Amino acid sequence: MLSRTADHLYWMARYIERAENMARVLDVTYNMSLVPNAAESEAALWLPALEISGNVEAYERDYFNETQQEYTAADVIHYLAMDMNNPSSIYSSLRSARENARAVRVAMTSETWENINSLWLEFGQFFGQDLSQSGLSEFCDWVKARSHLFRGVCFGTMLRDDAFSFVRLGTFIERADNTARLLDVKYHLLLPEQEEVGGAVDYYEWSAVLRSVSAFQAYQKIFSDTIEPWRVAELLVLRRDMPRSLHACFDEITSILEQLSSSRAGECKRMAGELHSKLRFGKMRDIFQRGLHEFLSDFISANNKLGVEVHKTFLSIS
Amino acid sequence: MKKSQPQFFNEMQLDLAASSPEGVREIYKAYHQWLKNVPHHQLNSKRMEAELLFRRVGITFNVYGENDGAERLIPFDVLPRILSAAEWRHLSAGSIQRVKALNMFLHDIYHDQDIIKAGIMPATILANSQYRPEMFGVDVPNQIYAHIAGVDLVRTSESQFYVLEDNLRTPSGVSYMLEDRKMMMRLFPELFRQYPIAPVEHYPQVLLNNLRAVAQTNVQEPTVVVLSPGAYNSAYFEHAFLAQQMGIELVEGQDLFVRNNAVYMRTTEGPQRVDVIYRRIDDDYIDPLVFNANSMLGVPGLLSVYRNGGVTLANAVGTGVADDKATYIHVPAMIRFYLGEEPLLENVPTYELSKEDDLAYTLAHLHELVVKEVQGSGGYGMLVGPAASKQELEEFRLRIISSPASYIAQPTLALSTCPTLVAEGIAPRHVDLRPFVLSGKTCTLVPGALCRVAMKEGSLVVNSSQGGGTKDTWVLEEDVAMPSKANVNQAEEMLC
Repeated sequence: MLSRTADHLYWMARYIERAENMARVLDVTYNMSLVPNAAESEAALWLPALEISGNVEAYERDYFNETQQEYTAADVIHYLAMDMNNPSSIYSSLRSARENARAVRVAMTSETWENINSLWLEFGQFFGQDLSQSGLSEFCDWVKARSHLFRGVCFGTMLRDDAFSFVRLGTFIERADNTARLLDVKYHLLLPEQEEVGGAVDYYEWSAVLRSVSAFQAYQKIFSDTIEPWRVAELLVLRRDMPRSLHACFDEITSILEQLSSSRAGECKRMAGELHSKLRFGKMRDIFQRGLHEFLSDFISANNKLGVEVHKTFLSIS
Repeated sequence: MKKSQPQFFNEMQLDLAASSPEGVREIYKAYHQWLKNVPHHQLNSKRMEAELLFRRVGITFNVYGENDGAERLIPFDVLPRILSAAEWRHLSAGSIQRVKALNMFLHDIYHDQDIIKAGIMPATILANSQYRPEMFGVDVPNQIYAHIAGVDLVRTSESQFYVLEDNLRTPSGVSYMLEDRKMMMRLFPELFRQYPIAPVEHYPQVLLNNLRAVAQTNVQEPTVVVLSPGAYNSAYFEHAFLAQQMGIELVEGQDLFVRNNAVYMRTTEGPQRVDVIYRRIDDDYIDPLVFNANSMLGVPGLLSVYRNGGVTLANAVGTGVADDKATYIHVPAMIRFYLGEEPLLENVPTYELSKEDDLAYTLAHLHELVVKEVQGSGGYGMLVGPAASKQELEEFRLRIISSPASYIAQPTLALSTCPTLVAEGIAPRHVDLRPFVLSGKTCTLVPGALCRVAMKEGSLVVNSSQGGGTKDTWVLEEDVAMPSKANVNQAEEMLC
């Protein structure tokens, strides 16, 4: 297939996935804000949402002024959901997804294209709404549902060829990145002084983390026990049956790279295989001994490098 | 009620007193009957449904010169235009005849130029800016230059059709023919059970077969691609649509490159050879090494490969010389010269303003004529005398005097009208018709056409860039008797 086509498909899927993850972060943060005394301040609650998407500096540049230097719910929500100047806002992600789709509408089924096009048309209904006042949950649910629908329509209608593979590749490289960031920020923040955990607030915080990746029920089912941070980490890093875990993402990524008909996938496969084996054969105890933060930072960087290699091998036009 | 005799030929009824069924043309009778029983609001809700669906599918176009970048819908009218089998036979034979002669003309003008030697065409045609000396002596497969041709037809009476112009460069609109049909079948399935409407859905397959037939690289399965200027082009939807329907790649200039007298596309598996390019980029932008050096849309070196037979372009480079308004005048003579036949379709009488007499007549009758720029297209740079203000007439007069050879003039035709759903209800609006003639293996057309309709009351300009809309065109199948109401009911019973 055309390199440019593969590129557009890959990014279309990445942007949809990015929008979904952003919606998840917004949704759980908002729900946390409804728990009394969940955080000592509005800022302590909303800053992590910015940190997960790596956007703190840009936010401060655009929203802080001489009189206003707080991370307020209204501002952060607007910045992450609707701000046209924030390249990773839900608005920007969905718009980019739709633009990428439009450029290669031929390469996907008409159902897939129409799905993305109508997503963008429907998105218009949220313009001008103050989501921090009301409707944020509905908005986030809508984004998540549209993302589910997108994956479903791809899965249910697309020919199993390279086009499909590049869509899936984009989805899982993006998802791995997002899950790793979420866990890193939350773990970092929740364990400021290596203290023992177990308080009520922690319960809410960790259950929020789980909910943000649709893993709360899975946790209860697997462990049927109190929520322990290391178990949450294990669930999101090493459990291959958790569909948003790093391991599950790399199960997909390695198998997609195997399916590509191109003979050029060599280095990508090697890089993905290396990461995959760490998740497959790694032990949580070892990861904690070295430090979860170090492990996740290394992972995020290696995942990025894989993305760059995918680009170099298949997508870039030189 | 006073009987109103329409000033223009109405496609549906000769007598506009809507209550009387006499005066409704035979082929419209069943439709007219059906329409009478459908309340206006129901038609309106169908129209809105269509609009919603078109938006969702993304059948939109961009308008040049509008900065908001908003994608607009071409208005779609839910009332069809109907043509009888006999009418269609006439129009399709006439269009094929015309396109055959035009292809022969193009071959001739880039080879022996017999038509000039015979004194039928003035040699000045070689100085026309659309004449491409680069194509002189170049042989193209099957001597086909215009693989896709759109012939614009208008009607002024029951029996009188005229060819308004030939579109031989990158004619567009066929996607509307196909999408409008799909929409009508969705909105009004009951009518399709009642009317023997010839299908058009195989157009992409016919197109692909013709494109494959003109590959000149000796390969079993030629690779055909659609070359588009990209997502910001006004006709991008159509480029994408056709590529998808034919199951071939939609490429942009940046996806192609030239190496060793061959054209390749960049793929995830490395370079892949391309044999036929259905290009929707104008000559001027197709190869920056030969034509417009600033073009970012084209492929450097493409023309050299083309001239050496390494790739086929459809349409060929240099077809513009044959659909130029200065050439148009000579098409009937061309048909006689190359085919030894009498033209089946007439030209609109045309005044050549390079001739003194014609110029004098035109300047004296400006208010009743249509004046067109010889090289203009899409309704830009055109004067409709009867609709123009005094000031516009004066401005145009000066433009003509300063460069008479750049213009032609034609009488304002009483374009036929077709009932159309507008805000006030159903009203007659002017229409034209563009069937698409495909050449390659054979010279054919599918039984259908783009029907454009001027949505503004009294307007004669149907171009989408000027607010025109589209209608589905129903060509009725050969020798199928129109079912009466009773027959329909019977058929339905049998289905149950």
